[in-house]
Amino acid sequence: MELPRFHRLRGPFYRLEGNACAACSLRFFPPRPVCPACRGNGLPSFAFSGRGTLYSWSRVLQPARGYASMAPYLVGMVRLEEGPLVSAQLADADGVDLTIGMPVEMVTRRLRDADEHGYIVYGYKFRPLLRETRKQP
Amino acid sequence: MRDVAIIGVGQTSVGEHWDRSLRDLAVEAIASARQDAGVDRVDVLFVGNMLSGELAGQENLATCVADAAGLLPIEALKIEAACASGGAALRAAFLTVASGAHDFALAVGVEKMTDILTDGVTSSLALAADADYEAAHGLTFAALNALLMRRYMHEHRARHEDFAPFSVNAHRNAAVNPRAMYRQPITVADFVRSPVVADPINILDSAGICDGAAALLVCPATEARRARRAPVRITGSACATDTLGLAERRDPLLWQAVADSSRLACEQARLKPKDMDLFEPHDAFTIVSVLTLEASGFADRGSALKLAAEGRLAREGDIPICTLGGLKGRGHPVGASGAYQLVETVLQLRGEAGPAQVKGASIGMAQSVGGSGSVAVTHILQV
Repeated sequence: MELPRFHRLRGPFYRLEGNACAACSLRFFPPRPVCPACRGNGLPSFAFSGRGTLYSWSRVLQPARGYASMAPYLVGMVRLEEGPLVSAQLADADGVDLTIGMPVEMVTRRLRDADEHGYIVYGYKFRPLLRETRKQP
Repeated sequence: MRDVAIIGVGQTSVGEHWDRSLRDLAVEAIASARQDAGVDRVDVLFVGNMLSGELAGQENLATCVADAAGLLPIEALKIEAACASGGAALRAAFLTVASGAHDFALAVGVEKMTDILTDGVTSSLALAADADYEAAHGLTFAALNALLMRRYMHEHRARHEDFAPFSVNAHRNAAVNPRAMYRQPITVADFVRSPVVADPINILDSAGICDGAAALLVCPATEARRARRAPVRITGSACATDTLGLAERRDPLLWQAVADSSRLACEQARLKPKDMDLFEPHDAFTIVSVLTLEASGFADRGSALKLAAEGRLAREGDIPICTLGGLKGRGHPVGASGAYQLVETVLQLRGEAGPAQVKGASIGMAQSVGGSGSVAVTHILQV
């Protein structure tokens, strides 16, 4: 059980909060304690839109401990609209013909099997934006 | 800085050592390296290991090994750099001797992985990834490398079977290494049929889980005449780092830590990649061989698959790699692999590699990579 750890991560995990360096016009996800370009710290928080495109993906058949009930599951790297890449699980993609470059959006889902104390970890995943939903405003 | 030479090497066979513990393996490799050198003196011990706490329930590992090997009360420290730990242990030994702090330094890489079931090992290996932004999302090491492989195939219009020559070459070379784990040759058809781990990566793309230990004794070049064996000089030694998370790189297919450590090691040795008679890359997955060959300057971006297809990476080729099986064929006891790569390079340069011998080898490069390219240790050895 790692309650404080996941409590600390609630901004990035629930709201895709990273941070930004105004001096360097750079945005970071996950948030960085120090800007790697100018070494500035105390960077202000920046919430990403959750929209992006699929950079790469894989179907995991040999899961780590704590993910067995989800296997096989999809993971991907997503290029966020605002620039950064993020690694995450993919959701709602069964039967979808995944292609590199396809649009995806963030959703909030259960990240792993509940632990022995019944504690559930939620966080971001990304799902394909299908043609019908893309037409919506 | 003093010049440093390797005067003794030792290794256990790589495999599933059900009847042997972490310390048994380390002690055997150490004894074998000391016997090889014919030198009794050891001033300091560096133990390269990644997962002893997770997989063997043992930390304070350097003391454990020094104690078991009868080396008390010398200084002993564990060196951890994920899967590059074995290479990093030799780098620590190199630095300590080069600086003049100690004269006879022993580096041993050791890992004991087979006491734990596969899902536990998979979770433990993921400790080298970013805990909060990779591992917590179910990204295993095979998954991270699968993301790289699919992207590489996309950018360079490659097919999965184009990666087969790497594993075929590794198994062919392992077949003549009596210490290797997988001594059976494989074919491209075997590779294509192999079960998927995280697609497109399959079992035959991946180095296996196993146990083993390898050790090297180093000393100042001026003292090397005290040893029984012809010394092998360390003419380049460099370590570099990159972002912990794969997604935080500008271009995940450009392994900058590998590029930096190779460049620095080459500058120290005043050599170029084309001068190497052999290269021991960190072939934990076939895609890693590709990315490290390209980052290290052995191949232009997008062209490593062509090198493999043309047979140039075979024992008889102009850039022999994985000459005693590599991580794929010899086996990949993670924290020990870097030490095996270096021991094997020494054997090649001493002309003692048997049927695996690269003819006339006098300069070799060994490179260990930890995480998904987040730390790289490169050594250049010469006779």
